[in-house]
Amino acid sequence: MSTRLAKNGRLIDRSKQIEFTFNGKRMKGYAGDTLASALLANDQMMVGRSFKYHRPRGLVAAGPEEPNALVGLGTGDRFEPNQRATTTELFSGLSAQSQNHWPSLDFDVLAINNKLGRFLTAGFYYKMFIHPRPLWKHVYEPIIRQSAGLGKAPDKELKDADTYEHFYFFADVLVIGGGVAGLQAAKVAAQSGAKVLLLEQHNYWGGRAPVDGGTIEGMEPGAWVEKTLEELRGMDNVTLRDRCMGAGVYDHGYALGYERLTDHAPGQGGPRHRLWRIRASQIVTATGAIERPLSFAGNDIPGVMLAASMRDYAVNWGVTPGQKVVVATNNDDAYRTAIAMHGAGVEVVRVLDTRDSGGGSLMEEVRALGIRVECGRAIAKVKGSKRVTGVAICAQNGEGGAQEEVEADAVAMSGGWSPVVHLWSHCGGKLIWDEAHANFRPDPERPPLGADGNGFVIAAGAANGAAGLADALHDAQTAGEAAANAAGFTPKVGDAPAAEAPEENAMEAVWLMPAKADIKLRMKTWLDYQNDVKVSDVQLAAREGFESVEHTKRYTTLGMATDQGKLSNINGLAILADSLGSEIPQVGTTTFRPPYHPISMGAIGGEARGEIFQPLRKTPMYDWHDSNGADWEPVGQWRRPFAYVRSGESLHDAVNREVKNTRDNLGLLDASTLGKLVVKGPDAGKFLDMMYTNMMSTLKPGKCRYGLMCSENGFLIDDGVVARIDEDTWLCHTTTGGAERIHGHMEEWLQTEWWDWKVYVANVTEQLAQVAVVGPNARKVLEKLNEKAGGGMDLSKEALPFMEWRDGEIGGFKARAYRISFSGELSYEIAVAASDGLAFWTALMEAGQEFGVMPYGTECLHILRAEKGFIMIGDETDGTVIPQDLGLNWALSKKKEDFLGKRAHSRSHMADPDRWQLVGLETVDGSVLPDGAYAVGNGVNANGQKNTIGRVTSTYYSSNLGRGIAMGLVKHGPSRMGEVIEFPGTDGKIYKAKIVDQVFYDKEGEKQNV
Amino acid sequence: MKRYSAFAVAREALRYHTGWERAWRSPEPKRRYDVIIVGAGGHGLATAYFLGKNFGITNVAVLEKGWLGGGNTGRNTTIIRSNYLQDPSAAIYEKARSLYETMSQDLNYNVMFSPRGVIMLAQTEHEVRGYKRTAHANALQGVQTEWIEPARVKELVPIINLEGPRYPVLGGLWQERGGTARHDAVAWGYARACSAMGMDIIQKCEVTGVRSENGRVVGVDTTKGAIDCDKLGMVVAGNCSHLSEMAGFRLPVESVALQALVSEPIKPCMDVVVMANTVHGYMSQSDKGEMVIGGGTDGFNNYTQRGSFHHIEETVRALNETFPMVSRLKMLRQWGGIVDVTGDRSPLISKTPVDNIFVNAGWGTGGFKAIPGSGWAMAELMATGHSPLAEEFSMMRFKEGKFIDESVAAGVAH
Repeated sequence: MSTRLAKNGRLIDRSKQIEFTFNGKRMKGYAGDTLASALLANDQMMVGRSFKYHRPRGLVAAGPEEPNALVGLGTGDRFEPNQRATTTELFSGLSAQSQNHWPSLDFDVLAINNKLGRFLTAGFYYKMFIHPRPLWKHVYEPIIRQSAGLGKAPDKELKDADTYEHFYFFADVLVIGGGVAGLQAAKVAAQSGAKVLLLEQHNYWGGRAPVDGGTIEGMEPGAWVEKTLEELRGMDNVTLRDRCMGAGVYDHGYALGYERLTDHAPGQGGPRHRLWRIRASQIVTATGAIERPLSFAGNDIPGVMLAASMRDYAVNWGVTPGQKVVVATNNDDAYRTAIAMHGAGVEVVRVLDTRDSGGGSLMEEVRALGIRVECGRAIAKVKGSKRVTGVAICAQNGEGGAQEEVEADAVAMSGGWSPVVHLWSHCGGKLIWDEAHANFRPDPERPPLGADGNGFVIAAGAANGAAGLADALHDAQTAGEAAANAAGFTPKVGDAPAAEAPEENAMEAVWLMPAKADIKLRMKTWLDYQNDVKVSDVQLAAREGFESVEHTKRYTTLGMATDQGKLSNINGLAILADSLGSEIPQVGTTTFRPPYHPISMGAIGGEARGEIFQPLRKTPMYDWHDSNGADWEPVGQWRRPFAYVRSGESLHDAVNREVKNTRDNLGLLDASTLGKLVVKGPDAGKFLDMMYTNMMSTLKPGKCRYGLMCSENGFLIDDGVVARIDEDTWLCHTTTGGAERIHGHMEEWLQTEWWDWKVYVANVTEQLAQVAVVGPNARKVLEKLNEKAGGGMDLSKEALPFMEWRDGEIGGFKARAYRISFSGELSYEIAVAASDGLAFWTALMEAGQEFGVMPYGTECLHILRAEKGFIMIGDETDGTVIPQDLGLNWALSKKKEDFLGKRAHSRSHMADPDRWQLVGLETVDGSVLPDGAYAVGNGVNANGQKNTIGRVTSTYYSSNLGRGIAMGLVKHGPSRMGEVIEFPGTDGKIYKAKIVDQVFYDKEGEKQNV
Repeated sequence: MKRYSAFAVAREALRYHTGWERAWRSPEPKRRYDVIIVGAGGHGLATAYFLGKNFGITNVAVLEKGWLGGGNTGRNTTIIRSNYLQDPSAAIYEKARSLYETMSQDLNYNVMFSPRGVIMLAQTEHEVRGYKRTAHANALQGVQTEWIEPARVKELVPIINLEGPRYPVLGGLWQERGGTARHDAVAWGYARACSAMGMDIIQKCEVTGVRSENGRVVGVDTTKGAIDCDKLGMVVAGNCSHLSEMAGFRLPVESVALQALVSEPIKPCMDVVVMANTVHGYMSQSDKGEMVIGGGTDGFNNYTQRGSFHHIEETVRALNETFPMVSRLKMLRQWGGIVDVTGDRSPLISKTPVDNIFVNAGWGTGGFKAIPGSGWAMAELMATGHSPLAEEFSMMRFKEGKFIDESVAAGVAH
């Protein structure tokens, strides 16, 4: 059984007991435990079920590479599926549930898949479920979906109770990995004066060294780690972070750190995770190495564990997965496990070393302890189902005929080590095959390249393929110096700390155990534990022609589980290479993608949630609108009142009331969101002549002109009134949604094409509050304001004619008044400083009482302009419409040599007389045409689609006219006045509408020129 | 070709699956073919398949510089829909969608087409009008879509938050017969069927030159030697500019990185595909249980097959907001592909300035859903010189100004 050991446990505090539950069962652990070590201490060998066959699964590893021990953690709005028990620090009250089984972990109905395993090989689903067709959607797929997946989905109605944040950091040298190599590299780099950030994923430093033994500078590795940490903590230019994983490396020295701040202490306030967005000149990846499993039959039975992980559990947390251990290895390192387990009082039944000549001094040490070591031997098969009960032993170089069976309840396996090359590879670093150590390691000649063409990532220590303590430290020394140098500092060149560790014999690559295992054994030999990919699956893929490593991965799902193949990839591709009669380096690896280890979506999103998901832009009058019934409509990042709803009134009623009142009396519109761009400079006129289709350079100061803007392809992209302020200054109004876009558009042309023109563009939208004062009483209310203030700007028809502007004072406010109208009414748009906006608005509302003032919203604005046949960008235009389609030829200057869109307008399709043209539309029965409806012509086109001859672009109910009005684009429209065309609705009705002039109200424009 | 079936699987199981044959042959190139297709992605393989199936042209080679299906076919978010606004788009995407319906049976390969339904959320008044317009257009185009109200959205997508504080869901455009398919299987299924018709799929064979005489193509140079042909189809997505340069002409295409990501797998929680264009994010759940999430394109051109992380942030933020439970899932893996984007973001299926060279490119961010329709049209164009489905997608449209602009219907990546 797995238990807590009487001794050991350098990371736990036995004086602090912690209670937690697993599947509702109360258990106890110690402070410093991981959930994994605590489960072992409670004899909980089985921790989950595999993805496909629902086989019993136990812990295989002790770190983030763990593929099996995934649990649901927490409850309610703090529940999270798929948490690794090995990276979960134990805390009081922790509640964990195992996953992927029904009804229970112990008894799982879908374990039937295991019995059917012979049928459910790699890719079986591509060959089945083809007939009859409807069954896939209705039967097969739902069953597959239900049996796949892993953890439960979080509750659909609950919002994450935790918060997250982003953090920015700039470093000369970023060191990822706080083992001895990372510590040494950081120290060397820091001593050169470089600003260093050192990240460690665990809550403890030193990596494997304190467990693996040897000495550094005459000290135990653990003591050296403490000493070095002290030195680093004493340096101002060094930042250390534990519980912070290097998650990804991106172009231009960008890297991500994923800090888990309160996962070990949930609910204690502060953000749960912090995403570090790091920009570094140089990145040192000292990310260590991961041990590989051996491929033998039954290597997935709970109790079979990586040798170094078993040692970690014993040394770090004082737990053992069993009492009788068999060790199987192809290298010397696993002997350390035999020594550690023996020292912890666990019986080591056998050490099976595949090498005929066995190991070096570590093997001698093991033998001296009285442990039986057998060379050239292998595991034929592990016995047991929910836990190991015994091991059948055979010759490695055979077919698996068992020569002996021993009783055992745990197996430690070591197939050699693979450097953690993920971060090196994320941004294009290449790998080379190291024959001696049978692994891929970073190719120093082909690092990820920065903008200057030089490498910006350096691998160090075991992550660079260094074997043994001395090598790793030496490598780290060199890496630290190189990183400092490359970051522009001068490191003190010195010797790496002297380290001593036992000499080791060469390892021997073993990809299948025994070497000639028959098909029955291979079908029980796992490569990918979580996704249930076996040796026989990879061989099948190769046989069926899935020869590329990417094909094999995708066909078998090897390496596609949540561990992303950390344990399985190299073993799998070795089997593939063998099946293809090829070499491993020729087969190559799959691409490593960020993140190194899954990171929370919460952390990726950061602070931007709820109200601050995106910036909310408010005009100075926002609060007034809000407390006066505004029904808000999002318009870009702004919110604008759709209408102001009074109590007892529907939204529709409110709109109609506003429309009527503005025509009859007086309406106020908050027009502050309209874009306002100041364009200034000696070449501003020339520039605007290029940007607008109209001539703007000839506009006189004090005057306004309605302008159109086209894209290079001739399509209408924005419109608005342009005012000339003085000799070299223009103010351009844009649509609300267009302000930033058009500003960017102008800048793009200025910066990339006309960089020598002397023009500045400034977006002053938010500096000004703008109010449209609209209706027959518009002048009266403004004059009343002036009267109350004892004077002000002359707003008479003569002093301020239509399409002109003046600066002055209105009601005591410093203001600029434009005589422009988007409603056809007498109308002034008045801009005041944003800080005066609310006061000015309020003053207007007060003074307007006697004139019947009402505020109006965007819908009323739309109806008023539609009644007048004015176009709206985004309604009449959609990126495919040119000014000529809208009858706006008058706004296309004939005098100008060029403007954006001019050349495009000469393309053949632009001049096509069959282009749809703007007209007004009136339903025969007075009803409102459906939004976006199309008019149909005769027959169908070559693709069988009904021919269309037009479409509705804007459609409203006009309370002034008491009927529906619409605008639309119709083929040959202007020459078909009076004709009735048909618009089929999606409601099954056919709407008949007459083609009419687009100006429905006050055709002569008498109302605005008073 | 031995047929796949449950019976075949059972039979093979009894002999430990030792009897399966190769899904496709791996031949050396012949000296000459009637047609060479460059690019063994979905579009290239589908073109070859329909050349054989619809026109009996089987002396065909499909050349692939890497591994078949390894470009955007194997990197996309597998969404299939045809709710496009403009007639030419709706026609070809609906043709594709309808071919997906029977693809598993046609190819005798389970491509797992799953018509689970696609919703495009409307979160502004502008979008509401846009999608209502699309629904009207689709009805006339023979594409089944409907405008649905928020309550129905919630019914279809229980994990959605309708009342987001910033952009409440105002409804959506629902295409019940849209869905997803297993992307790799589409490439593999076509490859197997092409190989069975006697076509040669030649992987690890990069085209290094295009040879023409008197304005007419005669063959290509490759890393496996020169190969002659009568007709050449270029179907290489993000690399089409390189290839057209070899042939001596330029394409109106830019290549940019588009990203996607998946979460760790969880038990089924969302059956339909949801796209939220206002906040820039879309998501579906794969049969494996992963939430499959599409990101945006980078604002600059490149060929790296990886993208900028801030696009991932933007997408994930949008999804955390739209589906609050996503916040407690984890990102398992992110990746990028190089998409070929034209000026109007619609594809090219076109003749070129060189006789008998045809190009199929420019699918940008939404090519997977088009694969069978694209192959159908391209094969017809190559075999007969004319295809109604392809007609409007000629590259000449950029000269005429006859763009096919879908931006009004789909603001972001699709």
